[in-house]
Amino acid sequence: MGGPPTQRPAQHPEKDDVTMRGETMPLPVGLLTLQGDYERHQQMLGRIGRETLAVRRPAELAQVGALVIPGGESTTLSRLIDRSGLRQPLLDFAASGKPILGTCAGVIMLSRGLVNETHPDWHGVQPLGLLDVTVERNGFGRQIDSFTEPVEVVADLARNHSCHAVYIRAPRIADVGPDAEIIARRPDGEVVGVRQGNLIGLTFHPELGDDGRFHELLG
Amino acid sequence: MFPWVSDEAQELMRQKIGLAEMLKGGAIMDVTNADQAKVAEEAGAVAVMALERIPADIRADGGIARMSQPRMIKEIQDTVSIPVMAKCRIGHFAEGQVIEALGVDFIDESEVLTPADEHNHVWKWDFKVPFVCGCRNLGEALRRIGEGAAMIRTKGEAGSGNIVEAVRHMRMVQEGLKRIQTLRDDELMAEAKNLGAPVSLLAEIKKTGKLPVPNFAAGGVATPADAALMMQLGAETVFVGSGIFKSNDPKPRAEAIVQAVTYHDDPAKLLEISMELGEAMEGIDVASMPDEEKMASRGW
Repeated sequence: MGGPPTQRPAQHPEKDDVTMRGETMPLPVGLLTLQGDYERHQQMLGRIGRETLAVRRPAELAQVGALVIPGGESTTLSRLIDRSGLRQPLLDFAASGKPILGTCAGVIMLSRGLVNETHPDWHGVQPLGLLDVTVERNGFGRQIDSFTEPVEVVADLARNHSCHAVYIRAPRIADVGPDAEIIARRPDGEVVGVRQGNLIGLTFHPELGDDGRFHELLG
Repeated sequence: MFPWVSDEAQELMRQKIGLAEMLKGGAIMDVTNADQAKVAEEAGAVAVMALERIPADIRADGGIARMSQPRMIKEIQDTVSIPVMAKCRIGHFAEGQVIEALGVDFIDESEVLTPADEHNHVWKWDFKVPFVCGCRNLGEALRRIGEGAAMIRTKGEAGSGNIVEAVRHMRMVQEGLKRIQTLRDDELMAEAKNLGAPVSLLAEIKKTGKLPVPNFAAGGVATPADAALMMQLGAETVFVGSGIFKSNDPKPRAEAIVQAVTYHDDPAKLLEISMELGEAMEGIDVASMPDEEKMASRGW
């Protein structure tokens, strides 16, 4: 069965302490809920004790301290980002240093460009150009080529448990520029996760498994 | 949750449900050729359903409705980059095999086509590609999930342009889910017997309050408000069949329905989205439709 059962968010002791001291609560993590598997991200963030807020409008983006761009269809996400007036606010959000995690379609949107597209207009996908990688959409093929396998993550994330990564019609990272740091690889060495300052991009779906390490990077 | 299949099949189910999760909050559109598929992708559809005749025409034409020509499906696959779905007849696992070999992303075992088996549905666990199936109530949904469906949709009444049946089916499913949560453990088996559904799935629903797979709406969606209605009733994505390409204004209507799904709970936005649209498809009064013409009664 896919993923975890729905659970109440675990109580987060530090956060309660903060509240008792009368300090401000941390801002919630925003979920870009234009389209995609945002519900799975919400469940994952709940399990690691983070509040979430749905973001579909610029005003909502202003209320969050970090953002998840979920998996989904990048053709749809890209168009809805523009139709909802979110493109410039997203660029400003990233420039302000707030963390953004993009998985699957999310890393496509964060990337600086696409490769191996069958159409010159990239089927209408216009990435945000924030992360120094180029990406090949559906790089492994169609759903019949989707797969699950172990993923190797860099030392400061590794701790001591293994992680199975689920790839669904996943993109491939074709080229990693000098500004991006590699944080996750397939067993054969192919890059599947990068970090660049406050930005994290993954071609797989930690939210479909039970590994909250990448979501913890949202602060 | 599925002790009747192998560990491998259960693990594969995670990937199948994964794709259904990716389609949430979106619109899936019926298309009959590459040009329509392109319109759908440009409008922001999350997937297209490739079929030779949309349900409204199947209804009008009569005769046996079968799997679409593979050549036509292939052309659509070559045109768009979003997932492509195709339909096989209820119980026609060989059609399913052909469609899987074509590399289609999701197979709809659909009551819109003429059923090939009056007792059995496809054993969907045998496939690597995920299946979606229609339902009218919770028992039907859980039987399809038990057979390996990775996504459930309401049947509605396809090709009618009338939302009434989809509403009925969605409410039936939601009512069934609520009821299970009120039951004691010692009442689950009797309820499983009533529903004709596996008791292990009832036990899971008692814990989570949700179907174990995504729950989408289909059958009769013609307007942005129809899409918003289904989303507010608990659908997680909307299939639009005849509603787009049987209307006067397919392109703006397709865009409007995509936005209506995202902003389904924002009336001001829905008004803005609906303002510029022309006439919706004409539609059929389902109440006056003879039972033998209803596609929703196909499936068991």
